[in-house]
Amino acid sequence: MIRNIVLCGVGGQGTVLASKLLAAAAMEKGYKVMSAETIGMAQRGGNVFSNIRISDGEEIFAPMIGHGEADLILGFEPGETVRMLPFLKKDGFVITNNRAIKPTTATLTGSTYGAEPMLAYLRKVLDPEHLLVVDGDREAAKLGNPRVLNVVLLGAAVRTGATGLTEENVLSVMDKVVKERFVELNKKAFLLTGEEDSRED
Amino acid sequence: MHSEFLMGNAAIALGALAAGLDLVSGYPGTPSTETLENVAKYKTKGTYVEWSVNEKSAMEVAAGAAYAGARTMVTMKQVGLNVASDPLMSLEYIGVKGGMVVLVADDPGPISSQTEQDTRHFSYFSKLPCFDPTSVQEAYDMIQEAFEYSEKYGTPVFFRPTTRICHAYASIDVKDPDEYKVNKPEGFVKDSKRWVIFPRLSFANHKKIVARNEDLSDVFSDYKRNEILFSGDGKKGIAAGGISYALAREALKGREDVRVLKVATPHPFPEKLAVAFLQGLTEVLCLEELDPVIERELIFVAGKYGLPVKIRGKLTHDTACAGENSLDLVRKYVENFAGSAESSDEEAAASNAEQTKGPGLEADLPSAQQTKGPGSKADLPSAQQTKGPGSEAELPSAPDTPVRPPVLCAGCPHRASFYAVKVAMKGKKTIFCGDIGCYTLGNAMPLDMCDTCLCMGAGINIAQGVFRIEPDTKAFAFVGDSTFFASAITGIINAVYNQAEMTVVILDNSTTAMTGHQPHPGTGKTMMGDVVSKVSIEAVLRGIGLSFVETVDPLDHKAAVDVVRRAAAEPGVKAIIYKSPCVAITKPQGLMAVDQEKCIGCKRCIREIGCPGIIIDDGKVKIDDSLCTGCGLCAQLCPTGAIGGVAR
Repeated sequence: MIRNIVLCGVGGQGTVLASKLLAAAAMEKGYKVMSAETIGMAQRGGNVFSNIRISDGEEIFAPMIGHGEADLILGFEPGETVRMLPFLKKDGFVITNNRAIKPTTATLTGSTYGAEPMLAYLRKVLDPEHLLVVDGDREAAKLGNPRVLNVVLLGAAVRTGATGLTEENVLSVMDKVVKERFVELNKKAFLLTGEEDSRED
Repeated sequence: MHSEFLMGNAAIALGALAAGLDLVSGYPGTPSTETLENVAKYKTKGTYVEWSVNEKSAMEVAAGAAYAGARTMVTMKQVGLNVASDPLMSLEYIGVKGGMVVLVADDPGPISSQTEQDTRHFSYFSKLPCFDPTSVQEAYDMIQEAFEYSEKYGTPVFFRPTTRICHAYASIDVKDPDEYKVNKPEGFVKDSKRWVIFPRLSFANHKKIVARNEDLSDVFSDYKRNEILFSGDGKKGIAAGGISYALAREALKGREDVRVLKVATPHPFPEKLAVAFLQGLTEVLCLEELDPVIERELIFVAGKYGLPVKIRGKLTHDTACAGENSLDLVRKYVENFAGSAESSDEEAAASNAEQTKGPGLEADLPSAQQTKGPGSKADLPSAQQTKGPGSEAELPSAPDTPVRPPVLCAGCPHRASFYAVKVAMKGKKTIFCGDIGCYTLGNAMPLDMCDTCLCMGAGINIAQGVFRIEPDTKAFAFVGDSTFFASAITGIINAVYNQAEMTVVILDNSTTAMTGHQPHPGTGKTMMGDVVSKVSIEAVLRGIGLSFVETVDPLDHKAAVDVVRRAAAEPGVKAIIYKSPCVAITKPQGLMAVDQEKCIGCKRCIREIGCPGIIIDDGKVKIDDSLCTGCGLCAQLCPTGAIGGVAR
């Protein structure tokens, strides 16, 4: 079978590292992996996404995921999660961070954008068993480093079981993907939301 | 052999190294850039790597080394090939001794390019063979074969991945360094009858090239990467290349009722294989991005061999004429053409009946308008356009998701430069010609400082053209430092020689920022890691003969405005060098804060410069600490002095 995962967020949030960790963990298990991501103009402050496809043997041809085909959407930003929702499979799982990042142009155009309407929409269209809203920034702050948000969210995603990977799979490749001096920090970040109920509500 | 998770461009680099690459040269351009960077990262022997000053230089350097028997690669994006086409078109007639791969990355969408041009046409035009990989693994394997063919036939060959190959990642099997081929260049052997292009030589070689390509068409019909899959129902076939082939295979998963032709070498086209594919079919759908290259080749083959088969694709409006192919789009094309997997029998019958209606009656097939690809920013899948999960009817419509257009970074010195020129020239008749780089984003509101943008280095000459027709217009051309070296210098010489009146504004941020911070002649660093003397932009301009050349820090707003006023008042060609390093490669110099006691909420800072680091929170103007670099531009235009530096 093939697991299709969509990671999405805003440039600079660390979706690329999260997708590399997933890929490395899957390869460690002997799976085949393909991924596609945004690079270039959209990077800084733009919306970014990664498609990750993990196969235990079934042939994969293309790195891209179609609408209604994602087993899991891991959103680093609520508006971006909503944007990618059409890719979710029926009964697929959504994990989203709860903090909105205002577009850099929002101040200029005077547009109001906040997390609540996005989260409310997600809660409306998804049943509670398939949606996990995480206060990832609060969790990351516990370690004193907002930049580990990506790994905090990845931990929550892996614990849903939707990736087909275990905590141990990801922890075992941490030192291959993350710079040495950040390995311990990221291991802690990865396990954070597992320690207690970190649901926002 | 071992397995690695690699970006397509890294796989191409490793494949080239496994083929014994001796030299790579190139000019940065999305989506090609990481190929050269990964050669530099992974090389284990003395492979020479250089960022050349532009694509023409890169092509000629790689050709010279290949004359000497080296295996060489030159890398660029599709529009870069336009710059390198002069040497390329002649090199075709001369050929090479060592294997030479011309890597040109195409950008369907386009995602980060000016054009949707198709390098497969350049291959046909230049008569050079073209290799078109369909996956990351195939890119790794195929580039090694491309070197073999190049060397065997003594010709440069094209290797043409597209964005979704270049920037895809996959776990692939790669060779260990001890398995790499070792190439020992013989060196250049003098032979003026071979290496000096003359009309007589070109005539003789033209005949040889045509004969070679006829031969290669046969050879490529047997090339393992061109293949026919599934016998199908004998009626319908799909022909595809590049990522579209991979998408077609996804769409066809679990069914074998459609015959498939995979085209790995669009030129010379594997004609015999195509005849075998078309034999007996009544209808073929071509899936490819950019131009209908495979489609036209198949129409040609069908006509040449008198095969009664209808070829569908872009020319019949069955598939979109522009933009990227997504998996959703290809699924839809396949289903419209061959029905869904379950109902393929009855659908096929219906479609056959429809075909007898002849052309022009294809109302139920997707038209280009209905099926715009998701490449362009405006067309990204939005929650409004596309229904969410579950049953479509029961879902409420999603709230508007935020639009996130690319903008100049907080603290970007280009913002200060544009703003200074804007302030200095307010109320005057002006034209601001932009160019290719981050600073094209100077077009965004509220700066609105980019009236034209065409291609690398064009702004300088466009400004001269406008000046010729409207001499009372104060003409400005903005150009970045890397673009200055790549293609602005000749334009400035043209302006001086022809006595134009204009101001050239060089936005020198000491790097090639847009493509990911590559070094260039002004940085004093090379891809071999050497520290070399910097080429001085100011000295170049003075050497050309400009007398007004001033270097100013754009973040000193008063000085930056003042220099524009003085330049505009002078006759002839003037140059201003706004020098301040890119914020993405330098540490923040400080942090600004708004004194809420002094702030009168006029929002001048927001209206004038549009810095993403200035936000409105609870109705108050504030600085976003995470974005602010402390450039201080906002502080210089605040009418009440409410913005000032604080400790970080």
